[in-house]
Order: sequence, then C-alpha cells, then structure tokens
Amino acid sequence: MAELTYLQAISDGLRTEMRRDKRVFVIGEDVGVYGGAFKVTLGFQEEFGHWRVLDAPLAETAIVGACTGAAIMGMRPVAEMQFADFISCAWDHLVTVAAKQRYRAGTPVPITVRLPSGGGFSGGPFHSQNPESSFAHIPGLKCVCPATPEDAKGLLISAIEDPNPVLYFEHKHLYRRIKAEVPEERYTVPIGKARTHREGDDLSVITWGAMVYTADEAAQQLDSDGVSVEVIDLRTVMPWDKQAVLASVRKTSKALVLHEDTRTGGFGAEIAATIAEEAFEDMDAPVKRIAAPDTPVPFSPPLEKAFIPQVDDVVAGLRELAEY
Amino acid sequence: MATTEAIDVVMPQMGVSVSEGTITKWLKQQGEQVEADEPLLEISTDKVDTEVPSPGSGVLSEILVQEGQTVDVGTKLAVIGGDGASGASGSEPQTQEAEAPAPATAEAAAEAEAPSSAESPAPTAQPAEETAPAASTNGKTFVSPVVAKIASEHGVDPSQVQGTGRGGRVTKKDILNFIESGAQPAQAAPAAPAQPDAPAAPAAPQPARAAAPPTPPSPAPSAAQPGESFEPMTAMRKGIAEHMRRSLDTSAHVTSAIEVDMSKVSAIRAKLKKEYQQSYGVNPTYLIFVARAATETLREYPWINGEIRGDQIVTRSYVNLGFAVELADGKGLIVPVVKNAETLNLLGMAKAVTDIAQRARDKKLLPDEVQGGTFTITNPGGYGTFHGTPVISQPQAGILGTYAVVKRPWVVQDDLGEDVIAIRSIMNLTLTYDHRLVDGALAGRFLRDLKHKLENWDESAY
Repeated sequence: MAELTYLQAISDGLRTEMRRDKRVFVIGEDVGVYGGAFKVTLGFQEEFGHWRVLDAPLAETAIVGACTGAAIMGMRPVAEMQFADFISCAWDHLVTVAAKQRYRAGTPVPITVRLPSGGGFSGGPFHSQNPESSFAHIPGLKCVCPATPEDAKGLLISAIEDPNPVLYFEHKHLYRRIKAEVPEERYTVPIGKARTHREGDDLSVITWGAMVYTADEAAQQLDSDGVSVEVIDLRTVMPWDKQAVLASVRKTSKALVLHEDTRTGGFGAEIAATIAEEAFEDMDAPVKRIAAPDTPVPFSPPLEKAFIPQVDDVVAGLRELAEY
Repeated sequence: MATTEAIDVVMPQMGVSVSEGTITKWLKQQGEQVEADEPLLEISTDKVDTEVPSPGSGVLSEILVQEGQTVDVGTKLAVIGGDGASGASGSEPQTQEAEAPAPATAEAAAEAEAPSSAESPAPTAQPAEETAPAASTNGKTFVSPVVAKIASEHGVDPSQVQGTGRGGRVTKKDILNFIESGAQPAQAAPAAPAQPDAPAAPAAPQPARAAAPPTPPSPAPSAAQPGESFEPMTAMRKGIAEHMRRSLDTSAHVTSAIEVDMSKVSAIRAKLKKEYQQSYGVNPTYLIFVARAATETLREYPWINGEIRGDQIVTRSYVNLGFAVELADGKGLIVPVVKNAETLNLLGMAKAVTDIAQRARDKKLLPDEVQGGTFTITNPGGYGTFHGTPVISQPQAGILGTYAVVKRPWVVQDDLGEDVIAIRSIMNLTLTYDHRLVDGALAGRFLRDLKHKLENWDESAY
C-alpha cells in the first residue's frame, strides 16, 4: 500500500486499466503533451503513445461523440472534460445518443467521462459546479462521486469496465488535500454501493464528494455534545444505494441530506423524498437538507464560502435536528 | 386595562347528545384584548368543529382550560375583563382545574392503546404545564411517526412520557427510555370517572340519557395481532357510537315500509329543474319533495313529530327537520337541522337543505344547527339501496328513510278503469318509529298519507 493523493489515485486507476486493457484510451483537452489541466495524465503520452492519449480540440461535443462511436466499435474510451461545467456542450451526445443506445439498439456504450467538479477555490460560475443531479435524472447514465483516494481508484476502474456510459465526478478540492493508503494492485469498488464513513446512532448525514469531509468534521463537533452522528458516503449518485440510506435512517430516525450542488432539484431532493416515502413511520423529525443556494457559484472568496455549505452550517443543522 | 365586570366564557352546548367538548385552539392569548363576537377559541365535539365567539369585550384575563383538554358543557373556560385572578374567580379556578383533568384522564385511559391521536389531551399531572405558553403545549402534543409506531407496538401513551425534544416533544429516545425503564402503560388507570357528565347534563331535555344504563367501561384493547392496525377513534366517531347504542337502548325500534309512485314528482322535477338551477342554483331533488311532503304530513301526526320526556308526551307546533349528511371523507355522519320547516315552500326547502348539507360537508355548521331536531330524514338511497332500518336520532320519535327511485313494472288503471302494466318510477319509504309512543297503525296511516301527497303532488299547495 502506498499513500496517494486523491489525484494520484485517479491517475493510478487510469494507468492500471490502460496497462491491462488495450481498448482503453484517453481523449480530452490538453490531456496529452500537457498532461491534463490538473496533471492527472502526466506522463501518459510517454508511456502509452499519442494514439492512446489523444489531445482533442476545444469541442466537448466532438470528444463525447468520438467516444460514443469508438465505444460502439468496441473500444473503452475515457474522456476528460477539463471542467465538469463544460459537459453541457456534450449534453446532446450523452443524453440523446450514449444514454439511449443500449435501449434502442442493444449495443453497449462503455464510455467513462471524467468530470473535475466542485468549488472552493474561487473558480467562479464556470469552473465550480456539481452537475450530477442533471445527469442522474437521465435513464441510461450512471454517476459516481468518489470521496476517498481508495474509492477514486476503485470506482474509476469500475466505471471503465462498466458497459454503460458512466460520469465520473472527481472533486477538485480533494485532488491534493486528501491523502490516504491505496492498494497498489487492481481492485474495483462496486457502482451503486454506499459506504459508512462514520458510524453513529442519533442522526444520519447522507452526502457524497467533498461534503463527506465537511460532514465528518461537523460530526466530530457533535460528538463532543454527546450526539452520535452517522455519515453515509453515497459514493454513487446513480444508481444510489437506497437500502444503505434507509437502513441508516431507520436506525437513527433523523436524516440530514447534504450536498454542494444547489438546493432545488439537487439530488438530495430525491433522497429526502425517498426517505419520506419509504421510511416515514421510522422518522422522528422532518428530513433536513443543507445545500448551496439556488444561484451560480460566486467568484468572491467570502461569497463562495457563504455559498458552499461549511462545517458550521452543518453543525447548526445537526444541532437543530438533535434538539427537535 | 379592563375595568369592566368579569365575563365568563363557558363551554357551549353544541347539540342534544353533546355533553362535552375539546378545546382545539385558543385564538387569543391571555392578556390580549378581545371584542364581543370576535372568534375566541376553537372547539371540537362529536358533532361539530367550530369557533366560539367572545361573549363580550375586554381583556382575556384568564384562560382556565388549556388546549387539548376535554371538559363538560357549561365548564368555565376563561374570564374576560374583571381583575384577572382576583375576586370571584379566585377560588373557582381551583375547582375548575380539579374538575377538568377528570374527563381527560378517563379519556387517556380509554385511549391507552391508540395514542397517536394529535388531539390526545396533554398530560394533566404536571401543573407546570398550566403556566407554559401555548406554543409549548402544541409542541408537546405532536407525536412523530416513529414515536407513534413505537407507542402502538408497546401499548404506551406518549402523553405519559416526559419529553425532552423541542417544546417538550416526546422523542424516539424518550419513549424508548420510558419503555426500557419498565414504566407501566396507563391501561391500569381506574375507569371510575366514566360518567362525569351525568350531574352536569341538564335534566329536562335529556331524560333518555339519564335513563340509559351506564356504559360499561370498555376493556383495554389488547395489542395488535398480525395484520391488524390501530387508528384512534375521532371525537365524532365516539359520539356516533355512543348515540347509536343509546338510541337502541332507549327506543323500541320498529320499521314500516311503503312503495310510492314518484312519476308525478318526477315530471314536476324535470319541469322545475332548469328554473331552480338557473335562478337559484339549487336542485329540486326527490329528497326535498319528500321533505316537503313529510313536513306537511307531520303536522297531522304530532306524536311522530313528538318526544317522550319523562312521563310526558311532548308535541310541537313546529317541525325541525334533521337531515343525515355523510361527510366528504366518508368517515362520519352529521345531522344538521332545518328549523321551522313548516314555514318553507318547496323552493325554500331546496335552498335550506342545499345550504346545510354543503356547510355540513365543509364543517361550517354552527352549533345551533345540529340541535333541536324533531324528526329526521335519512337518504341512503343514493347508493341504490331499496330498504333499511335506520336508528332514531334521540330523543325523537321517528326517522324517515328514502331509497332509490327505480323504474318498475306497475299496475295502473287506464282511462277505462282497466288494469294495465306501466313503467313507473317507484321509491320505497321507511318510517322507523319508537313503538313506545307510536303504534303500528299510526305509522301506517302516516306513510299512507305521505304516499298520497307524493303521488298526487299539488303544485299550487306546495
């Protein structure tokens, strides 16, 4: 086991699959010579050659379109969007073609789209979004959002070997901040399985991505009040692990759903609704949501701090639920 | 501040069979100014949910009965004006408070197995609660889904658990700790105060009540069997249950039925329909023809419009006609009364019935409108039934049932006096009467006359 950053774990997972499977190739803006905007593919072109590490023009439509065609022809493309925000250009290819192909024609479309997402570094409205709920809503697409280096590697490998289009949301704020032991060998983390990040009895926080750490810090503060908080890291937003969430909520009877995406129509709404539908009789308080407000992500650091849920916000929300 | 004489606010009489009411909400807080006739509080009885207007103007100086408590009719609920707690009311609140918890406790015992009701009375064993602001009372009475579930599984009344949640709410932890600590559910509470209303009930109009055998305290229900689930009885359902049982225990119910050819009424209905709907927004239903004809007939049969009161027979110069109305949710029945029905022509009857039926379904009836009936009409025929044996609304002597109008082959006489079979619209009517007062022959003659009026409808007379 080696200690890797979240970013190194992504590189490690990608390299592992490219070494193992010749059908896997990488395509994106500046992923080749430059090694990627965040250096995930640094050294990849040297190792795998320029035909497997393709620099694409600034055209997300073309990148996803090319991936879809290559996947139908039997390849395992991994596309990198320089920022998750830019995926909107590729909406049509993803949603209209890639997501539907399996249902229409029976042909699998095993593409992986890597999406550096999330804010926290004054990236402003075009470089900070978390658009997972938009794609979770599209039948035929899978969405994974790893929070730890170990999951980052294991879920990337699962995404590549999955026969369906998988959107892989990698949180930029975790890239170099989060470091942990990661197995050197190849392994997979199953898509659709949540992970209990922290066990507790009194309250459940359901979250994913960078918010797992925010929730954990908040939970530590509540711990000193004698309130035991369970943190469920969803890991996969679609398909999401309903059973794990319901089991936790049935145990604690109080749920807080936390995400960095904006509130209205965010994926937390789906989780809250499901809890209300299926665990109503086990609830001891209304389901609470903490999410970003319904605005674009601001540039200004103080404003961005006010926008993205902070540890204090979560602590306040948890206390409110605990006292209910 | 108020310098006026103190005015007492008492629990109003909401209907003949109603002896108690539950305060659901105080619309004014202690110390607030209130004007005469301004809504002061909301109460719920087995008949109606309604606002009670303030009997006078002044400062609401004292609230004596808190939200969620059930008290007898006539119980003093609050004081307006005066010097607040001093003076005459100084000693009285003591008695009131001592009295008020009694029915609440009895109810809590009866409800021990069905504790999820939001209306279940706040615990009375905590005097501190009396001074707490209304908000905390509200918080305390809310029972979350999981607490309700645990309570019903373990047969625990959540109102007996000390709550630590917001506003004193009982949390899941609270009830689990309560159960773990081995606290006994409230089932064992003595059922003795089951009749706190007996002395309070006005003696004159309710002899039937006094004569009725004491209702045996219902045994505490056992826990749910597999496949069973509990739901708490509403105040209305309890009221209906009590009244139905008491009526059968009081009157000697007998039912007679008659077949009525409604062809003429049907033709007149068709003719009036457009005018009634366009000009008055009401429908000339078969029911109002029957109601109109029954009112006329009752004037000739005062005993059927009468009542046994003690050793006396009461007859009247008026007809107050009750109509059984099913509530929109299908979970209850109410009998609003059209007063002085004998003064209404057909159109007046149509308007009156439409109005009270609508307001009954909207729960907008005034307390006065569900009491004082002298005779009742029930109409189960809407669903196609052709016969029934309704239960008399006490203390009346009879109830008329109207049933589906169906086309049937019918023997009539043609112009030559020959019998022929025709297709006619036939309706069955039943009169269920108290045989203690009404003999079978009398009931038969009543039905015969009623039939005659309907079959030979005289437009000029009605």
